[in-house]
Amino acid sequence: MKVRILVSLKPGVLDPQGRAVHHALDGLGFAGVEDVRIGRVVELDVADDTSDETLKSMCDKLLANTVIEDYAIEHVEKEPA
Amino acid sequence: MGAGSNAFKAGVITFPGSNCDRDMAVALEAVTGTPTIRIWHGDADLPKGLDFLALPGGFSYGDYLRSGAMAAKSPIMRAVVTAAEGGLPVLGVCNGFQVLTEAGLLPGALMRNAGQTFICRTVPLKVTNTSSPFTQGFDIGETIRIPVAHHDGNYFADDATLDMLEGEGRVAFRYEEPVNGSQRDIAGVLSANGRILGMMPHPERAIEPAAHPSMGGADGKRLFESVLAALVSV
Repeated sequence: MKVRILVSLKPGVLDPQGRAVHHALDGLGFAGVEDVRIGRVVELDVADDTSDETLKSMCDKLLANTVIEDYAIEHVEKEPA
Repeated sequence: MGAGSNAFKAGVITFPGSNCDRDMAVALEAVTGTPTIRIWHGDADLPKGLDFLALPGGFSYGDYLRSGAMAAKSPIMRAVVTAAEGGLPVLGVCNGFQVLTEAGLLPGALMRNAGQTFICRTVPLKVTNTSSPFTQGFDIGETIRIPVAHHDGNYFADDATLDMLEGEGRVAFRYEEPVNGSQRDIAGVLSANGRILGMMPHPERAIEPAAHPSMGGADGKRLFESVLAALVSV
């Protein structure tokens, strides 16, 4: 089972990388970009019976630092119905 | 502790990618007069009778995932967390500070410097705590000069945590000039019991007067002397 973990900085946490990329987009002439936030994607290939609880535990213990980051868990390939 | 000055046992952990471990060991030896015990990250236990432990600077595990995140989960860190919770004094410098926050021994997190660049220079710090083993040898409000060398030194915690740290006198050092965007100019923080210190500046790089003022100076040595005096007199 493929699972995608999206890790992003919490709202309100300054993202210097995002700010720099925002400036670069402005410099390239792309108008109307309101904000840029940089995150991280972690793709996992795990046993089909891996529970959401286990995935959350992976995120809380290692994949995200919940002091500064939020995460979302996406199931990329659903098991056949 | 029960440490006599002759038998003061200080240890330094080496993670894969640590690069200030030898400097830390040398700095400790210069003050304790006894060889510093070197500890490998893969060890399951700390040496018996350790009086003081330091987590050095560097780029443990190549800063994979987040600075300090992998090292915080290495085998030796389980023993470090247990020992620290039992009162063992622990100093984390630079990457060591990042490891301590990732391990949950200190609050907050170290983020990418606000200016995006690696910063390597000697900076002025204001001493804002003199009640911990690490800082009791300084004067409150005095300025010391310690080198920094980091890319991820931008201290972040939420306002409630920052208020708590300030209210409890747990901010050990503050930058006296803009350095890396740290919240409230925090350069070093203490645990609630004052026995764990994490700081981005490198005291082990400032242990002897240098020929040129840009090269560190000796203010860092006072931190190690402070630790020794505090722990041996207890």
